[in-house]
Amino acid sequence: MFGWSTKQKPGRTAPAPAPKGSAKGAPKGAIDRGILVFENTSEVIQAEKILKKAGWAVRVMGPPPEIRTGCDLVIEFPLIEELHIVRELHLAELAPLKVVPVTAPLLAPVDLFQTKDFGDYLMVRAANMKITIAKADGRIVNISGGGCPDVPFLAQQMVGKTLAEAPRPRDVGHTLCGYALDLAYEELRRQC
Amino acid sequence: MLGIVGTVPDPDFPLVHGPVTWEGDRLSVAGRRLTVLRGTPALLAAALKAAPCLGGPEIYAFLAGDIGKGQGSRRLYHFLEENLKDFDFQVLTFHYLQPDVDWHNRVLFAIDGMRRRPLLIADAGFMYAAKMSGQAPAYDLFTPDAGELAFLADETAPHPFYTRGFILQQDNDVPELIQRAYQHANAARHLVVKGATDYIANEEGILYSVDQPSFEAMEAIGGTGDTLTGLLTVLCGAGFEPARAALLAAKANRRTGRYATPTPATQVAALIEAIPQALADLIE
Repeated sequence: MFGWSTKQKPGRTAPAPAPKGSAKGAPKGAIDRGILVFENTSEVIQAEKILKKAGWAVRVMGPPPEIRTGCDLVIEFPLIEELHIVRELHLAELAPLKVVPVTAPLLAPVDLFQTKDFGDYLMVRAANMKITIAKADGRIVNISGGGCPDVPFLAQQMVGKTLAEAPRPRDVGHTLCGYALDLAYEELRRQC
Repeated sequence: MLGIVGTVPDPDFPLVHGPVTWEGDRLSVAGRRLTVLRGTPALLAAALKAAPCLGGPEIYAFLAGDIGKGQGSRRLYHFLEENLKDFDFQVLTFHYLQPDVDWHNRVLFAIDGMRRRPLLIADAGFMYAAKMSGQAPAYDLFTPDAGELAFLADETAPHPFYTRGFILQQDNDVPELIQRAYQHANAARHLVVKGATDYIANEEGILYSVDQPSFEAMEAIGGTGDTLTGLLTVLCGAGFEPARAALLAAKANRRTGRYATPTPATQVAALIEAIPQALADLIE
């Protein structure tokens, strides 16, 4: 989901492997990654989709402190590819607000999942978001946790539908809580 | 009068404010009707159900439609910045709002301009912004769940989505996380930590823990945190000091399960219906 970031089971940690396509042969300490900053999280999600579909080695990360507003994501990319990547986004009418070189470590999204088995129901939690399905038919029976305003909206759109019928949170959500719910949704699909 | 600020998941819902009333099984604010689903409507419904048991305070809501794009939240923030000085609340509760540090700070500044400072409760997105702004100690109560407590305990995380793994893995060690949240000044004066056991804490440590009655299925039900915050708002408004109000709110919220016999598929409206009975058990 996050390109080269790894999914882990609780209790295990491992550093994320280096990205494919990052500036090969760049001198140690050189700035070889940049971030694309967008107006809002929805645009980040769309841009990630477009760039990954086109085969670019990008990943979604947390912005550096100086540009954080509270609920945001940025796209990290190999700086050497800036021209091509920005052109690709312009063609999709999704130009970033700005492109900034990465000079310090970025925050990585959560990649730990917790699963709870209620017998007839299965719940998966990612960060602050939980999604529960009925095992018998894969129907989503509840969505809980979260604090961003798209959470009640996502619950409205998804509860009562099966995992296959429900819209993906990343397609209709707009915030980090929506993104976290998408991780839980993906994990649930992987398990079922 | 008790003030509640939040959003509803409808992009066409305008900014409205006014007293909240029942219209059948729906809520009504300034002529707009709301279905009782998880989110701020669930908080309002819980508060409105509890109010008659606790002296019948007026519940006054500030609402706007927002599906996560932030426009509704920003309209609300702007309205509050301009107009809070004209209101007088005993308790002011902030709920599902797009986390935005700059707007959060402007609203907190506007609260300083009110004739009397209300008791401040922050939950959901506004709690995230309060923590990230570094102003958490300005609040009387935060109501995190286990995942959100880990976020409060992680001094580097601007949102629960970025909580570091080594802290997330400690989420069964609630006392340690509470201590860590206070150590970095990322907690309100009181915390109500919602979970299999609910903890009420302040800077000195855990004051109360509540683990009965226990209905495991309630963890999966969207909106049980919203109802707890609604109960807390009304109990604080009834004059209970914050820790005592939190204890009663946690107990009452759990007791709704006794009357609704919840499964993981139960919807929060069924639990809200049971609030008067649950509160009556405790207050008598």
